[in-house]
Amino acid sequence: MSDNTSVAFVRTETLPQLPPPASEAGVVKWMRENLFSSIPNSILTLVSLYVIYQLVTGAFPWMANGIWNTNSLAECREILDGATGACFSVITERWNQLLFGFSYPSEFYWRPGLAFLLLFVAAAPVMFFDLPRKLLLFTAIYPFLAYWLIWGGTIYTPLFALLGIIIGYLVYARFVKDSFAMGFFGGVIAAFIAWFIGGYIVGAIAPAEPFLEAVQSRDMGGFMLNMTLGVVCVSLSLPLGIVLALGRQSDMPIIKWICVIFIEFIRGVPLITLLFVANVVLAYFLPPGTTFDLILRVIIMITMFSAAYIAEVIRGGLAALPKGQYEAADSLGLDYAQAMRLIILPQALKISIPGIVNVAVGLFKDTTLVSVISMFDLVGMIRGPILSSTDWNGVYWELFMAASVLFFVVCYGISQYSQWLERRLATDHR
Amino acid sequence: MTSVTDPPQGSFRLSMLINDTRYRSYTFQFIALVLLIGFMAYLGINLVSNLAAQGLNISFGFLGDPAGYDINQTVVEYDSQSSHLRAAVVGIINTLIVAFLACVTATIFGVIAGVLRLSNNWVVRKLMAFYVEIFRNIPVLIWIIIIFSIMTVSMPAPRDFRGDDATAGMLFDAFAFTNRGVYSPAPVIDGASGWIVIGVFIASIIGIFAYRRYATKKLYDTGQLLPMLWPSVALFFVPVILAYFILGRPITLDYPSLQGFNFQGGLHLRGSLIALWFALAIYTGAFIAENVRAGIQAISKGQTEAAASLGLRPGRIMNLVILPQALRVIIPPLISQYLNITKNSSLAIAVGYMDVTSTLGGITLNQTGRAIECILLLMLFYLTISLLISAVMNVYNNSVKLKER
Repeated sequence: MSDNTSVAFVRTETLPQLPPPASEAGVVKWMRENLFSSIPNSILTLVSLYVIYQLVTGAFPWMANGIWNTNSLAECREILDGATGACFSVITERWNQLLFGFSYPSEFYWRPGLAFLLLFVAAAPVMFFDLPRKLLLFTAIYPFLAYWLIWGGTIYTPLFALLGIIIGYLVYARFVKDSFAMGFFGGVIAAFIAWFIGGYIVGAIAPAEPFLEAVQSRDMGGFMLNMTLGVVCVSLSLPLGIVLALGRQSDMPIIKWICVIFIEFIRGVPLITLLFVANVVLAYFLPPGTTFDLILRVIIMITMFSAAYIAEVIRGGLAALPKGQYEAADSLGLDYAQAMRLIILPQALKISIPGIVNVAVGLFKDTTLVSVISMFDLVGMIRGPILSSTDWNGVYWELFMAASVLFFVVCYGISQYSQWLERRLATDHR
Repeated sequence: MTSVTDPPQGSFRLSMLINDTRYRSYTFQFIALVLLIGFMAYLGINLVSNLAAQGLNISFGFLGDPAGYDINQTVVEYDSQSSHLRAAVVGIINTLIVAFLACVTATIFGVIAGVLRLSNNWVVRKLMAFYVEIFRNIPVLIWIIIIFSIMTVSMPAPRDFRGDDATAGMLFDAFAFTNRGVYSPAPVIDGASGWIVIGVFIASIIGIFAYRRYATKKLYDTGQLLPMLWPSVALFFVPVILAYFILGRPITLDYPSLQGFNFQGGLHLRGSLIALWFALAIYTGAFIAENVRAGIQAISKGQTEAAASLGLRPGRIMNLVILPQALRVIIPPLISQYLNITKNSSLAIAVGYMDVTSTLGGITLNQTGRAIECILLLMLFYLTISLLISAVMNVYNNSVKLKER
């Protein structure tokens, strides 16, 4: 042992570790592996970098030189004096018009604004399951509150609508123990009776000067119209879609074929033709003398449209459930309504959530189509009143960029939420 | 002695219509049918009384009347004295043209973007994700209008191409991008020999398929691997080039040229067509990219590893193992994207492209006031197209279905 210490060429202590070579560590390694691993890869990287460079150098001076506070395009061009730059002042000057349309009374802008903020409160307990369940009560009231805020008028109209639903629910709760069908239809009939009677009462007691002044439907416009159509139609089409999907899966041939024909017909035609129907044809099918709001007609058609798509998504969810689930429900002695409510639908809807969200995002984007039938939604506002005004004739980029940003924020937000929810609900252990 | 007693055969009572599961479905269906017929009758009575009140009737006779308007893009013969029916047919052809162009282009964009989204290259991956997210989350109508604005506002006018100090120039002396649309060279087929060259070209494409089928059969029968790529490429180019020169160049290109204040000759693609085509292609391309990515990711990694352990090279793994399985996942959503393109092409009305929605559902409807008839025909057209496409999809799905025993 002591010999070893005297041998000169045996090292007794270990060497300190050297850092890995520069090509195998840090940024260089990452770039070698990710960007320049092979010749085609390097070419791709260079092409992509060139594209990014072009995009940035094209857009940056334009954005950075943007003018935010002029009153017309001519003024803005004067300030820019030939230099590259955007006239974002069209957005600041016409911001209210972009959001609310051009004839919504400006002193009432706070009303749709408040309805929009409350939308988050109402949607929160539906979207996040950890929140206290009592908040759902607010979600139930929200549609009536939002209607009252946006359209104004007497508060008794939404109040009696709500009352009708409560009466319907009470009747349903009374009869559902006997049979679901009896409870359901009894509830629906009771609600209709309540609304019918309520209509007369509202007419009698409505004050001449309501607390919130009424705003006509034709004064709605801008992004508010897109949001309203999107939210209303998606929420209405969800229950309709579930019914259609169940009907399509039904054993009863007549009901099945009614649902199949409805779904396939709606899915086979473009939304524009349905909007044409709402615009020019629907009036022929209503009793003579009825005047229907254009917005209401559009809501009916868009709801039918998205219900057909949602029905197909839910049908996929129903088909994806193993047959054992249906058999298990049968063997427990549950009837059809109980089996669907307690066993089948909760699972099928969970599977369908990503698809339903896709339909919702698509539908929200499709609400821009109402500009074709000369309603002034966001796109209609830009193409109509703003671009044809003498002040802002020719400001394409800034306006469409603003519209794109608004839509992108909403749609991207919803799709990110859907992905989060999918991860959250995943019960299979991969 | 045991006696088997039948369950008591109770006489039929009315309450069994609701309580007995054997009869209940008939009750429900009967109620549904009555409600449906009642609803239809209600609509029908309203329709009849509304029409009577306005002195109208349902008739398709207006289709034979002269249309009285011009259509700026016509493939078949059409002038303003042609009938409304002919205007609708011109519109249908224009719809099919833009839908076909957009489908092809969207597939190319989508496949490239979808494959590149899975690339190992960080920059490319992020760039493609950016493309997909930007285009999927903004309405297609906005894209159509944006591209239309580029075409009509940002492009130079034809007069900018004039003179020695022209501010705009033609690309390769062949393509002119103007605010009136794009002018490109048009092929001119010179008599019978020109058609022979085209016939040779089609025959060689059929030949390529026949050769590939023969090579596959030979591979399966004998295990002998014939080369695929080079014979295909040769078959594609050689016969047609030979025929072209032997017959004395019967197909020439007609270049657009500036005459007066506008371009003459060549192929004129209007700004509205280009806007619709590219907006639909680039928007739907983003969706197709996601389908392609999902399809490739749906194939489990074990398949790649198994193929690699059999000694296949990466290219072969892709061609022989991954793609055939991924296509089964990709093609059904791809076809429904084609359906979406066809339906979204009705947005042509926003930029004034004369498709069937703009002719039949736009000008014809406004001129004749026959709203019900026009929209009915319009819906029938789109319904036919989509049923045809779904039929194709069903045939395909059945042919690639996993054969389970």
